[in-house]
Amino acid sequence: MGDHHHGPAKGLSRWLFATNHKDIGTMYLWFSFAMFLVGGAFAMIIRAELFQPGMQLIRPEFFNQMTTMHGLIMVFGAIMPAFVGLANWMIPMMIGAPDMALPRMNNWSFWILPPAFLLLLATMFMEGGGPAFGWTFYAPLSTTYAPPSVTFFIFGVHILGLSSIMGSINIVATVMNLRAPGMTYMKMPLFVWTWFITAYLLIAVMPVLAGAVTMMLMDIHFGTSFFSAAGGGDPVLFQHVFWFFGHPEVYIIILPAFGVVSQIIPAFARKPLFGYDSMVYATASIAFLSFIVWAHHMYTVGMPIAGELFFMYATMLIAVPTGVKVFNWITTMWRGAMTFETPMLFCIGFVVLFTIGGFTGLMLSIAPSDFQYHDSYFVVAHFHYVMVAGAVFSMTAAVYYWLPKWCGKMYNETMGKTHFWISFIGFNVTFFPQHFVGLAGMPRRIPDYALQFADFNMISSIGAFIYGASQILFLYNVIATIVGGKPISDEKVWDGAEGLEWTVPTPAPFHTFSTPPQVR
Amino acid sequence: MAMQETATHEEYYVPEKSGMAVSATIGLVMSIFGAANVLNDMTFGEPGAETNSWAILIAGLFWFVGTLFVWFRSTIRENLAGMNSGQLKKSYVLGMFWFIFSEVMFFFAFFGALFYVRVLVGPWLAGEGEAGAMNHLLWGGFEFEWPMKQTPQEAVGGAAAQAIANNGSFVSPGTSMAFSEVSAWYKWLPLWNTIILLSSSVTVHIAHLGLLKGDRKQFNLWLGITVTLALIFLYIQYVEYYEAYAHFGLTLNSGIYGSTFFMLTGFHGFHVAMGMTMLLIQLIRSVRHGHFTSDDHFGFEASSWYWHFVDVVWVGLFLFVYIL
Repeated sequence: MGDHHHGPAKGLSRWLFATNHKDIGTMYLWFSFAMFLVGGAFAMIIRAELFQPGMQLIRPEFFNQMTTMHGLIMVFGAIMPAFVGLANWMIPMMIGAPDMALPRMNNWSFWILPPAFLLLLATMFMEGGGPAFGWTFYAPLSTTYAPPSVTFFIFGVHILGLSSIMGSINIVATVMNLRAPGMTYMKMPLFVWTWFITAYLLIAVMPVLAGAVTMMLMDIHFGTSFFSAAGGGDPVLFQHVFWFFGHPEVYIIILPAFGVVSQIIPAFARKPLFGYDSMVYATASIAFLSFIVWAHHMYTVGMPIAGELFFMYATMLIAVPTGVKVFNWITTMWRGAMTFETPMLFCIGFVVLFTIGGFTGLMLSIAPSDFQYHDSYFVVAHFHYVMVAGAVFSMTAAVYYWLPKWCGKMYNETMGKTHFWISFIGFNVTFFPQHFVGLAGMPRRIPDYALQFADFNMISSIGAFIYGASQILFLYNVIATIVGGKPISDEKVWDGAEGLEWTVPTPAPFHTFSTPPQVR
Repeated sequence: MAMQETATHEEYYVPEKSGMAVSATIGLVMSIFGAANVLNDMTFGEPGAETNSWAILIAGLFWFVGTLFVWFRSTIRENLAGMNSGQLKKSYVLGMFWFIFSEVMFFFAFFGALFYVRVLVGPWLAGEGEAGAMNHLLWGGFEFEWPMKQTPQEAVGGAAAQAIANNGSFVSPGTSMAFSEVSAWYKWLPLWNTIILLSSSVTVHIAHLGLLKGDRKQFNLWLGITVTLALIFLYIQYVEYYEAYAHFGLTLNSGIYGSTFFMLTGFHGFHVAMGMTMLLIQLIRSVRHGHFTSDDHFGFEASSWYWHFVDVVWVGLFLFVYIL
């Protein structure tokens, strides 16, 4: 093409009219971090209220809005866009492509996100308040008993789905069509593999979520009876449709995290990843199994016993490929020449804490036990071990790992390590006690609690404040690096790192691979 | 791989910056905001209150459609100017394929709801299964049949019926859309619609064959026939809906049969309208501008794939909504 592609445009139009995968990736990453801080602020409000028993700071209905918004914003606004941002930055550079396959659609799938979240946040100021029915928005709480703002919530979810589907189609087309010569499927870096499979999950389940909220919309405004037994429907139908989306969704969140960890651990163990092939097959198996386990979120709604058993055994099967992955990460580190820079620390933190989250998941998968744990703080502890110590830790590791490549400057290692240790301690202080209060019977999504849970809740709140504060340190470190970090020029920032992204100059130029590299 | 040999890697596609995404976003958000307000006015608003919700919705839709028009036009112009590499065309093919797959999954959600209700929920509400005793207390007297001629609310009846339905009102239809309800087979509209839609898949294929051998006349003629069949289909569906509301008492309010019937056929009808619009645009491009050659006609190909998809969904509908 022409010779008008030398550098980025100046000013705001560079971002508004972007077609460059690096610019769009950068926007995704900053947007998701902003949403991470907003969702985090909501979490701080929740923990401040739960600092002591009794009602201190906020009203119960506002507490419900906080738990709902915290969940929605963290899942759809922080974690998912963060990984899409990473995909935008890294996938073309990892497979030797000049850009994403469909750059203008790429820009569109980003730009519909900010208005969607503005709309979602605006619902809190509408008459009747914002969504207060939990991030899982079960009917009839979200239909018959919902505030009028639910209509905006529904359309907001439609837009998020549209964004995810377009982003995923782009990733699939890029991976299938733009790999450099010689970059066969089984040579692709694992981050590309995990995102490739994640993109299929997204294309398959986001339309189902759209279907679920559309049925809600019809029930609310047009008198249909999908979720009303009086008309022959069933509120439990909502849960089935929602979790058919919702369970693959949790793998949509964690598979890219697996990919990141599989890139970083070999780099700092200075050994190739152990069992590359088995990693690919394990990822695909997890993705497949995620479609046939959804009702393990619904053991207590009164399913037939055959259903309980099927979903229980299918869920337990997931432990096998997940175990393969954890085994491979540990075996990669075994007898490696290990060093412990910040990205590696976060990855080791990931492996340890994610495995704990996996084990509590196994406990929850056992239907008769789940009758005891269901909707308790044990569940809250479980999914924060996989969402925060899983997805967010790996995100953080990815930022520290690739930031020098992105901006050509080195972050402050001492500050990075401090960030890790404060995060690690703060996280465990927050969520480990929640296992105990959960097993002792404290329900989730309740603004007040019985006195015997007071001590553990206070510890939990203190940990949450520590963890929250550590993210400010992270933000400071990233900005300080971009503004005034120590410049570096080595192509290979980390001596053990492998892959095409380390063959381009540092910082990565605006356009990489305008002629494809040859992969041997 | 074969495609890597055909793709010219020296002509990688990196478009210039483009304002279309932002413009499309403005149109989309305006439409969404207007639509949400229209619905909330309808359900929660003061009756007869003056609002500008409709104006916002319509302005947003115009903006959105206008942007898409400009977007597609520039894409077509780039292709005509020879700027598109074989590799980019392959990306378009992949994009369209996976887009159609996502549409399949959207219908899957509604078909799933239909099966779940028919196979499990209905019998449970009528007292079957482990939890049946409870439902027997709640919905005493409810007998399950499909199409559902009496909703659980009606079966309970009396003063309790209003409260138990959360103040909803689910009045079952007098007549269903099933074959058994018509006096003669030729009065059964879905049969005609099936014939029309299936033949339209054939006609669009004949048009494609014409294009492949460079016969512009055959292409235009058979594509025109396809669009006409689509219009007839939509008209018959309109007549069917009118009969349902005006004569059968089958509405969105008439319990789960009406809900699933209108949602499945309605979304399908919407997709038929979309597919017809796509094919019509290709027809206009061919007749007025002479677009498409025998080896470069992705716009038409993508529309025809979409059309076949719509056809396959209809076969599922005909089977599970009308016949079984």
